[in-house]
Amino acid sequence: MHPAYSVIIFTSSSGAGYGLLIWLALARLTGAWNLSPVVAVGACLVALALVTAGLLSSTFHLGHPERAWRAMTQWRSSWLSREGVVAVLTYPAALVFTVGWFWGSISESQMTAAAAITLVLSLITVYCTSMIYASLKTIPRWSNGFVSPLYLVFALASGGLLFAVTLGVAGLADLTTIILLFFVVSIAWIVKWYYWRFIDSAKAESDTGTATGLGHLGTVTQLEAPHTSENYLLKEMGYQVAQKHAVVLRRYCLVMGMFLPLFLLLAAGMASGISHVICLLLAMICGFLGIIMERWLFFAEAKHVVTLFYGRSV
Amino acid sequence: MTMLPKSTKKKLGLVTDLDICVGCHACAVNCKEWNTGGHSAPLTDLDAYAKDPNGVWFNRVHVYETDDGQNSRTVNFPRSCLHCEQPDCVTVCPTGASYKREEDGIVLVDAEKCIGCKLCSWACAYGAREYDETDGIMKKCTLCIDRIYNENLEESERQPACVITCPTRARHFGDLGDPESDISKLVEKRGGFQLMPETGYEPVNRYLPPRPRKTRVGDTGAMARLEAAEDSKPSSDFFSWLDKKLSR
Amino acid sequence: MAFQQERVDTSPKISDEVKKTTCYMCACRCGIRVHLKDGEVRYIEGNPDHPVNKGVLCGKGSSGIMQHLSPARLTNPLKRIGERGSGDYEEISWDEALETATRWMGDIRKDDPRKLAFFTGRDQSQSLTAFWATKFGTLNHAAHGGFCSVNMAAAGLYTIGGSFWEFGEPDWENTRYFMMFGVAEDHDSNPIKTGLGQIKGRENTKFVSINPVRTGYSAIADEWVGIRPGTDGLFVMALIHELIKAQKVDLDFLVRYTNAPWLVREDPGHAEHGLFLRDENGNPLAWDRDSDGPVNALLPEISPALGGLFTLPDGSKARPSFEIMANRYLEPQYSANEVEDRTGVPADTIRRLAAELAHAAFEQEIELDIEWTDWAGRKHDKMIGRPVAMHAMRGISAHSNGFHTCRAIHVLQMLLGSIDCPGGFRYKPPFPRPCPPGPKPVGKPEHIKANEAMPGPPLGFTTGPEDLLVDAEGNPCRIDKGFSWEHPVSSHGLMHMVIHNAWAADPYPVDTLFLYMANMAWNSSMNTKGTMEMLTDIDEESGEYKIPHIIYSDAYASEMTYYADLILPDTSYLERWDCISLLDRPISTAHGPADSIRHPIVDPGRNVRPFQDVLIDLGARLGLPGFTKDDGTALYPGGYSDYIVNHERLPGIGPLAGWRGEDGESFGRGAVNPKQLEQYIENGGFWQHHLPESQQYYKHANKDYLEFAEHMGFIPKAEQVIMQLYSEPMQKFKLAAEGHGDVQPPENLRERIRNYFDPLPIWYQPIEESMVDLEEYPIHAITQRPMAMYHSWGAQNAWLRQIHGYNRLCMSRDLAREIGVGDDDWVYVESHNGRIKCQVRTMSGVERNTVWTWNAIGKRRGSWNLDKDAAEGEKGFLLNHLISELLPEETGGRRMSNSDPVTGQAAWFDLRVKISKAEAGAGQSEPQFEPLHRVPGEMDRPKDVRFGEEFLPKGSWRRKQS
Ligand SMILES: Nc1nc2c(c(=O)[nH]1)N[C@H]1C(S)=C(S)[C@@H](COP(=O)(O)OP(=O)(O)OC[C@H]3O[C@@H](n4cnc5c(=O)[nH]c(N)nc54)[C@H](O)[C@@H]3O)O[C@H]1N2
Ligand SMILES: Nc1nc2c(c(=O)[nH]1)N[C@H]1C(S)=C(S)[C@@H](COP(=O)(O)OP(=O)(O)OC[C@H]3O[C@@H](n4cnc5c(=O)[nH]c(N)nc54)[C@H](O)[C@@H]3O)O[C@H]1N2
Ligand code: SF4
Ligand code: SF4
Ligand code: SF4
Ligand code: SF4
Ligand code: SF4
Ligand SMILES: [Mo]
Repeated sequence: MHPAYSVIIFTSSSGAGYGLLIWLALARLTGAWNLSPVVAVGACLVALALVTAGLLSSTFHLGHPERAWRAMTQWRSSWLSREGVVAVLTYPAALVFTVGWFWGSISESQMTAAAAITLVLSLITVYCTSMIYASLKTIPRWSNGFVSPLYLVFALASGGLLFAVTLGVAGLADLTTIILLFFVVSIAWIVKWYYWRFIDSAKAESDTGTATGLGHLGTVTQLEAPHTSENYLLKEMGYQVAQKHAVVLRRYCLVMGMFLPLFLLLAAGMASGISHVICLLLAMICGFLGIIMERWLFFAEAKHVVTLFYGRSV
Repeated sequence: MTMLPKSTKKKLGLVTDLDICVGCHACAVNCKEWNTGGHSAPLTDLDAYAKDPNGVWFNRVHVYETDDGQNSRTVNFPRSCLHCEQPDCVTVCPTGASYKREEDGIVLVDAEKCIGCKLCSWACAYGAREYDETDGIMKKCTLCIDRIYNENLEESERQPACVITCPTRARHFGDLGDPESDISKLVEKRGGFQLMPETGYEPVNRYLPPRPRKTRVGDTGAMARLEAAEDSKPSSDFFSWLDKKLSR
Repeated sequence: MAFQQERVDTSPKISDEVKKTTCYMCACRCGIRVHLKDGEVRYIEGNPDHPVNKGVLCGKGSSGIMQHLSPARLTNPLKRIGERGSGDYEEISWDEALETATRWMGDIRKDDPRKLAFFTGRDQSQSLTAFWATKFGTLNHAAHGGFCSVNMAAAGLYTIGGSFWEFGEPDWENTRYFMMFGVAEDHDSNPIKTGLGQIKGRENTKFVSINPVRTGYSAIADEWVGIRPGTDGLFVMALIHELIKAQKVDLDFLVRYTNAPWLVREDPGHAEHGLFLRDENGNPLAWDRDSDGPVNALLPEISPALGGLFTLPDGSKARPSFEIMANRYLEPQYSANEVEDRTGVPADTIRRLAAELAHAAFEQEIELDIEWTDWAGRKHDKMIGRPVAMHAMRGISAHSNGFHTCRAIHVLQMLLGSIDCPGGFRYKPPFPRPCPPGPKPVGKPEHIKANEAMPGPPLGFTTGPEDLLVDAEGNPCRIDKGFSWEHPVSSHGLMHMVIHNAWAADPYPVDTLFLYMANMAWNSSMNTKGTMEMLTDIDEESGEYKIPHIIYSDAYASEMTYYADLILPDTSYLERWDCISLLDRPISTAHGPADSIRHPIVDPGRNVRPFQDVLIDLGARLGLPGFTKDDGTALYPGGYSDYIVNHERLPGIGPLAGWRGEDGESFGRGAVNPKQLEQYIENGGFWQHHLPESQQYYKHANKDYLEFAEHMGFIPKAEQVIMQLYSEPMQKFKLAAEGHGDVQPPENLRERIRNYFDPLPIWYQPIEESMVDLEEYPIHAITQRPMAMYHSWGAQNAWLRQIHGYNRLCMSRDLAREIGVGDDDWVYVESHNGRIKCQVRTMSGVERNTVWTWNAIGKRRGSWNLDKDAAEGEKGFLLNHLISELLPEETGGRRMSNSDPVTGQAAWFDLRVKISKAEAGAGQSEPQFEPLHRVPGEMDRPKDVRFGEEFLPKGSWRRKQS
């Protein structure tokens, strides 16, 4: 699939945003970290900014952004629609949750409710996003059990790294937190690693033979494509990254997205003062870059069954 | 609607005979010609006279070869929307622009609702959806909805452009929901099949498989070889068979 | 929110007006209905009532709108101001253009009319253009037939009085066995497709395709025979061998309808050896069994012998031609086993196919209960059919042995008795005609006079040495050397030799080359690169171009336009009058004669004129007889439409056969009808006469039909057309070469004539093949027509160029492995004439040692108003650079034309090549030439085409540009 920047930004940025919201909500509900209102509100605003940036980027890549509102209407059947609806519903809750940190007239119980709702809706939104892809039967590398967990853990990981920076700034990033994040990030990439193993080993259910129904006559090869010139299908669905490149990129991903952040987290755990914060910041930045690469691969490595008609395999 | 209709009154669709199709592209070009001025007008061609022209087409003709040995064959293969009964191209649509008509099962895009998110084209297994960049909306085979019911056309011409124009008559149009229709009987008789049934989209369109070749002795009722007549040695006296009285 | 299903307008108004005319996206000439909306062409569809296409429309025809709107359209007459080939022109007025042309040609006519060479390509008004040349007085005229398929035409017309090409067709309804040789598309584009669809639908009918490549038609064949190029003659002769050996031959058919019983003099060395014995009235003789003596072979009721050596009263000995033929093909060299290796067709397959042919012809005989009367007036109560049909085209004709191979196929048809019978091959009126038909070619030295017309048309049919257009020394009279000893039976001329010979001043220089509708600087020339050089070559002394003047009429900025000194821009096919005439290449079907017209549907809106109008105007300006009244004023001031209606070739016979007579009451013969064109338009642009059932078959011997044909002027006399199993004209040329008669070939051509002329079909190795080192050039290279592209002129078509933007060199995986290449790799392909570079595609459906590509896809960069980096120029390529118009040097240095030695047919498919891997990373096809730039008046090409939005309801947001 064509790795369009809009969707890469959309999924990674909103993912991180919702992830951060989830951590902040947890912080509020568990009280494990007693954030000062200023820091908390700041973090909430950053989270909302990321979410909004993601949603906008996906909106502006539409053919008709001005009609975007229509995307809310088909929630009964469409995951994209659902994602839109829940994303929008998340805003009020998240806003209450944000202002609640300092605005007295919002009661403790209301604030708890807001936090809880924000947490749940954020999880659901990320899940919906994942299902947009996981529900596509046409793309075996997406329609499998890995995709939703992936989106969720990566949201938690990216959000978590941001959360760590937040805590760091507030001087609250204690060793337990860092270790906790260490595990979250590790888990995210372990899941991804298994996903890669899965897609590499999964054998295709369809081939040009089943696509054309000519399989019974022997292996089917394409002699001539309909047109000598490229078309929308091939540009959008036919995008291919060579396996050998993919392997290399996967390594970069792991280094950038996993090893570096983990190392930096540990470093942060040891360091103190400004270097402590810098390590967390770097961890976050590397983590983000890693996840953006991961998303790029998520699309670039996905093969669409329509390419079978063009004599390719999935 | 993007919730699929429980059932449709008709299942209009196409049947393509792969035993007859010579791959001439008439259906593809005539489709383009009709539809570029029709319901989904225009079928834009980007960079039409430049290096990499890229146009919207509702019908594209592939050529395949099967096997590589003695019984290898060449099969010409037109591909357009199959107007599936359970297509995700409809259900994934967030706006309701992509829908399946209750009255005849035709899958259409509502140009006024489409936001151009392209998701339906991702969901289509058969490459039947074509995004028009200049209009920012998805377009696709309409089963010539502006022909098949068109009162400005003679009864006999209320058929899809690709069917009317096909020089070999390899394309057929009709109600595949009605077992009594000619087209259903044809599918029955020739063992018409669906493409990639594993998607579960239940395509309405069917393809008729290429018939077996007639390359074996006896396929036409003839013997393996002719019996040489025994008096047939090249010399002027052999022509006893020519003594048969012939008259002009 | 509740879902609202869109309200679709299922009955939109399609158009304000529908006009019926004739398609010209190719030469098939289907009937079309053009829908006009707000004065614009909205949709073009097939006309269901039309005899040719019965409502269907092919891919090319369906893209007519894009041709009509092409940005490559020329818009103004142009005069060259820069170097030839530079594309530097200035726009001039029509008056200046026509005055210039008149001046050039007028001077020629005053001096030596031969110095005008007037040649036309996709011309569909050949009866006008030939008439014009005749009246101008030059013999140097021909249409494209010489480089196209004259082998089919000549072999057919000399043998059965009809021919393949589009002059005959299989009996699609009744045939049980259809054998097709070397056809990818053909002129009968739609009828063949429809016919194949029809027979494929019948379980009891078999379709066999003989073709080195298995695509398109061959892909759906019930059996594909992947023959080696150039060997069909052997294959067919082996079939004949099998049939004769088994005595599976329709003797009654041969006796009644062919010259099989005619007595051939047997007296080696005698001046008349191998000629027919004739009585004092010139009638051929047969040996009558009843009277046991010679009789006029043309008489009915005789019972002629087909075998035996007979001695005539005057002592001369003779044999029926049938026996000579039978003995020839019974020779072991024609057995299946013997031809297996050369043809690449297993002997068992050949034997099986022979058996299948015999089975279909003799075991599956069909009878139609239709009464008919034969040539001798005898009534028959049924029509017997041998349901074996055959069709052949360029796979046969485009080889230097194509004439004989095509004749062999006709012989096979005759032996099976399957010509113009139910289920067989059928003539399309005006065929059959006497074989060969008159007239003889005109243009002998005494026929050419300054300021005078020639006594007759330049093209015709030679029947012996005395008919050749040669001077006293036996040298060619025509610039293309047609009808000379080099190509005695070149009935269509040799268009592919004109530029070379004019450049070489061989046999003499010409002053003006006048071309129409032929892209001679590109895809229609052999040795394209060389041709471009000849067109621009300058004579040392005079400092002038070796071809001093070139006038060209094209409608688009083709490669050729860049080499013209004067460009006469034509209209598109929707903007002019045209006439598809029975005097020319009619659209008849076997069911009856038909002709049709084109009429202006839309206004050009550019400063262009229909070429035919221009030609008629020039005729008048030059004061040519036939184009001027006695008072010197224009005879057809109304232009082509005026000519179509008022011109009469013979009294009562004009370009159009329909609605003749003062008020259109008659057809065929009749007075001029001023309302004729209106009546054509009312009838959908065509006229067709349905032959009554009793005239549908046996047209060659069907009294009622023959009388009808005479009345229509198709044939001089209502006499039986007797098929020529044994061809006497061929023997006459051979005898001359053997030293008999007054007109004999020059010494250096004797052997050539002796070798290549034979009264019975022979097979010889394609000439180029026999001259090049086959170790060095082991591969056959051929082209095919893509069904969705017409020669060069589809490249400018925004829709078609998406389908065929570039071509690949297709080869078997085996061969690719041997060369060490795979898909998309670049290779060099070399012939004795040159080298090209192109990209590979591997496949399985192709003969092991044959490579092929689509014809005419490659374009010169910058031509046709395409971007300089368009795929057509970057990746597309032509084989033509490899194909030489001349054969390799013979000992003695002579280089003959790369053509069939009998007919002069260009031998495109004799090409032999070697292939090697090109260095990697090389991304451009070769050869490449200076990119061309737009000529003045050519419009800017739009970036995107959004054709059709203007037909959306007013106010629709999708109406952007309009
Ligand atoms: N390698 C190879 N070469 C071949 C062949 C092959 O099989 N292989 N085939 C050969 C054969 S059979 C043929 S017939 C030739 C065909 O070759 P051409 O006769 O050259 O046919 P086109 O390429 O169509 O070129 C016709 C020209 O007519 C112009 N034209 C189109 N419409 C009009 C019109 O309405 N008016 C005017 N005035 N001009 C118009 C086009 O722009 C084009 O320049 O090619 C030959 N060349
Ligand atoms: N779409 C389209 N239609 C056209 C044209 C066009 O350009 N495009 N051109 C028109 C013109 S001008 C012409 S002349 C006709 C020509 O129509 P065709 O006769 O169909 O001409 P080609 O496409 O050259 O097809 C030649 C076929 O012969 C095969 N062949 C080559 N060598 C041999 C051989 O030695 N033996 C046998 N058995 N087969 C062989 C080739 O593989 C190819 O399939 O088409 C006309 N119709
Ligand atoms: S028009 Fe008919 S024959 Fe031609 S490609 Fe389409 S289906 Fe095949
Ligand atoms: S073919 Fe594709 S677009 Fe057409 S209905 Fe089926 S899934 Fe939808
Ligand atoms: S592109 Fe249009 S039709 Fe397709 S899913 Fe998006 S909104 Fe629906
Ligand atoms: S039904 Fe109409 S829209 Fe669909 S492919 Fe055929 S012509 Fe095109
Ligand atoms: S075959 Fe096609 S292009 Fe040729 S005349 Fe017929 S419709 Fe036109
Ligand atoms: Mo041709």
